[in-house]
Amino acid sequence: MPVTQTETGKIWQRRTTREQWLGWLGWIVLVALFMYCWDVMNRGTMWSFVSDAPRQAADLLNRSWPPRWSYMERLWIPLWDTINIATLGTLLGIIVAVPVAFLAARNTTPSAVIVRPIALFVIVASRSINSLIWALLLVTILGPGLLAGILAIALRSIGFIGKLLYEAIEEIDETQVEAVRATGAGSMQVMDYAIVPQVLPAFAGISVFRWDINIRESTILGLVGAGGIGAQLQSSLNTLAWSQITVIFALILVTVVVSEWVSAKVRHAII
Amino acid sequence: MLRIEALEKRYKTGDHALKGVSFAIEPGQVVGLIGPSGAGKSSLIRCINRLVEPTGGKILLGEIDIASMNRGELRQVRRRIGMIFQEYALVERLTVMENVLSGRLGYVPFWRSFTRRFPQADVDKAFALLDRVGLSDHVDKRADALSGGQRQRVGIARALEQDPELLLIDEPTASLDPKTSRQIMRLICEICAERNLPAIINIHDVNLAQMFVDRIIGLRAGEVVFDGKPDALTNDVLTRIYGDEDWNAMRKTADEDAADAANVAAFEAAREQRMAEVPA
Repeated sequence: MPVTQTETGKIWQRRTTREQWLGWLGWIVLVALFMYCWDVMNRGTMWSFVSDAPRQAADLLNRSWPPRWSYMERLWIPLWDTINIATLGTLLGIIVAVPVAFLAARNTTPSAVIVRPIALFVIVASRSINSLIWALLLVTILGPGLLAGILAIALRSIGFIGKLLYEAIEEIDETQVEAVRATGAGSMQVMDYAIVPQVLPAFAGISVFRWDINIRESTILGLVGAGGIGAQLQSSLNTLAWSQITVIFALILVTVVVSEWVSAKVRHAII
Repeated sequence: MLRIEALEKRYKTGDHALKGVSFAIEPGQVVGLIGPSGAGKSSLIRCINRLVEPTGGKILLGEIDIASMNRGELRQVRRRIGMIFQEYALVERLTVMENVLSGRLGYVPFWRSFTRRFPQADVDKAFALLDRVGLSDHVDKRADALSGGQRQRVGIARALEQDPELLLIDEPTASLDPKTSRQIMRLICEICAERNLPAIINIHDVNLAQMFVDRIIGLRAGEVVFDGKPDALTNDVLTRIYGDEDWNAMRKTADEDAADAANVAAFEAAREQRMAEVPA
């Protein structure tokens, strides 16, 4: 017990002696693990390469500068594709994620024994695979192009939106639900009047946030042939056209900044 | 009107909340349900419209037994029972009008409620009720923009929008100040008298209960230990319900509260008058 009785009075400590020793043991294990990892890293590194890293970096920068701004005119269409992949993928993800979230939330699921585990599995499966991997799989199945990119973004978004939304549904105020149910409302009406108004701000925030993430993710999907600006990045990398890569990076940076600004504005407007 | 026979509720956790509660209520009768925390007041009131499932006994509304109904029948009977909650339980992000109209949900099909196209008669009734509870100017406000007393008025309007035959009222004044508490209790009792509407009011403020209700039922540990007129509520009876306490001291504090409330009201009235006198 953290409270010990002594002759002078009661002494209170946050942890018992046993817990204190366990805490120290935990720290020792952590330090040992760190030392071991450091050792592994040293063995796997060729220090001759690292030693001339500053020179290599300077060389790379030298070749990347000045940016070839004339390359921009060939980037507008891929950029438009990228934004479309992100937006359509997010919309598709939302359409699937909303029902999945209601099936997964403990307080709205029709069956906690059968339906809920299935919905949770859908969410976990979607979340456990990166968009790039989804894109890789879909390009092999559907062939290269925008469609593979859109579906990859959608498949990854289902898990993200589904998880955050079902957690928001589980956190609603149940007395409001009780009050609407007490009027004799049907289950769809209870959902419309008591649950949806409570989760709407969270839903809007989550969706816009995911769209913002998807803009970033769709810029690299082209690396595996799923359309968008990543394809240009890939071909520039292959031809070592560093001055073009600088232009692409600058464009991606501007796009991401704009999408963050838009999503911040939208979230602020809704909440 | 409403007859409860040997009502039992035992929770899965093992708590025996109601141990064979029986009583009957006449039309137009306002009953105050008092008792210490954990006596089963909330369980009792929630068993009547089965927000809490009773584990035994009968709840007879007219001739029908609510305790043995299936889900469809339950929805039908819930329309006839209005409920008012302690923390108002309004849907915070909906407007006052939507909250009041939600009292009609049991009567309209889903698509009408979804598109918010309620029959004009329902909307007329909602306007009339909001006027009755003194909220005509707040129809389009969102519920979370109102004060506590105003929210409870919306809660009352929502319950009445159902055209109920019975009101269940769970601690209507627990979140309100003494003056607003009295106003809300007065409003509830006036409305019940106007419509000859029976009501069961859970209330922990004994003085407030004595001031307004026709009949008091005292609950202790899931059993009815008192049932009678408010005047019959002597110190002995209170001790039987709540256990030992200096009841006269408590009554005195309550009187002081009331005096305070009256002073506050007088002060506000005087201020409003001063404000009115100031030339624009």
